[in-house]
Amino acid sequence: MSDNQGQLWEVFVQKKSGQPFVHCGNVHAFDKEMALQNARDVYTRRNEGMALWVVLSTAIVASSPEDIGSFFEPANDKIFRHPTFYQIPDGVGHM
Amino acid sequence: MNSNEALFNYTLRLGDTSLILAQRLSEWTGHGPFLEEDLALTNIALDILGRGKSLLEYAAQIEGKGRSADDLAFFRNEREYFNALIVEQSNGDYAKTMLRQAFIDCFDLLFYTELAKSKDSVLAGIAAKSVKEITYHKRHSFSWIKRFGNGTEESASRLQHAFDELWQFTGELFEMTETDTILIKENIAVDLATLKPMWEKEIQELLREAHINIPETTFMQKGSRQGLHTEYLGFILAEMQTLPRMHPTAKW
Repeated sequence: MSDNQGQLWEVFVQKKSGQPFVHCGNVHAFDKEMALQNARDVYTRRNEGMALWVVLSTAIVASSPEDIGSFFEPANDKIFRHPTFYQIPDGVGHM
Repeated sequence: MNSNEALFNYTLRLGDTSLILAQRLSEWTGHGPFLEEDLALTNIALDILGRGKSLLEYAAQIEGKGRSADDLAFFRNEREYFNALIVEQSNGDYAKTMLRQAFIDCFDLLFYTELAKSKDSVLAGIAAKSVKEITYHKRHSFSWIKRFGNGTEESASRLQHAFDELWQFTGELFEMTETDTILIKENIAVDLATLKPMWEKEIQELLREAHINIPETTFMQKGSRQGLHTEYLGFILAEMQTLPRMHPTAKW
């Protein structure tokens, strides 16, 4: 095995047309075509999907664990952002 | 030779070529250049083994002498094998394995696309299933050849070396015998002469992109149609057949 395995690519599989692409793992590859082929061979051997995206891992911008406080916790006490917070008058019926 | 014998010979030849190629490719399992590529080539080997199994099962059925596909695979000697010489050639480095594969994938896609129209419904069925698989194999091997040809000085020189070793075995892919003549008349077999210009055009284009020059004339090896092989086949069979020959009744 070589110690140079190329770049890391993130793989997203779409199960059926119209459904979202779901992240399922990553592969090593040296170019776009190889990344797509490797993703096909590693992640769709058992009929897992009908379409693939591969994205260079370095192209993904991610939040970091230190961001949890400022990014996500302020939403905790804002229950009025959920539709269930609001009582719907009887006259409206089903929305 | 009657037409049943011809059909047996023909199917056996196709089955042997698939089986020996699959056996060769599976030698890479666990030794690929990196994990993803190891898995890719193992997948390809398995596709080709599956095709070989279907063909040998059909050959056994045509023969009708009570031999099974396993009997054909494990209890025949070198001279009774009719695989193309190119598939028994050693794997060498990855450039050689991929170039051998590119030559065969290009041939197989043309061949099985035509065979899918065969009057023999079993051969046509096996061929139709194989075409999708081979389309992918070809995309895989062709992209490697372009990478090697346009990569580093070392990858280009390894590809050139692979070409120098393998080119002499490509002519035989198109050789036809009495078997072919009989079956072409019955619209069962593929006329290989019609595939040759298409194969040459595609391979010339691929090699041009990979900066490999095809020599004007080369001596072309042949012999497999008569069961004559290079020194490699005996070793392949020895390894492949040891277990069933030592324990013919073994089951798992």
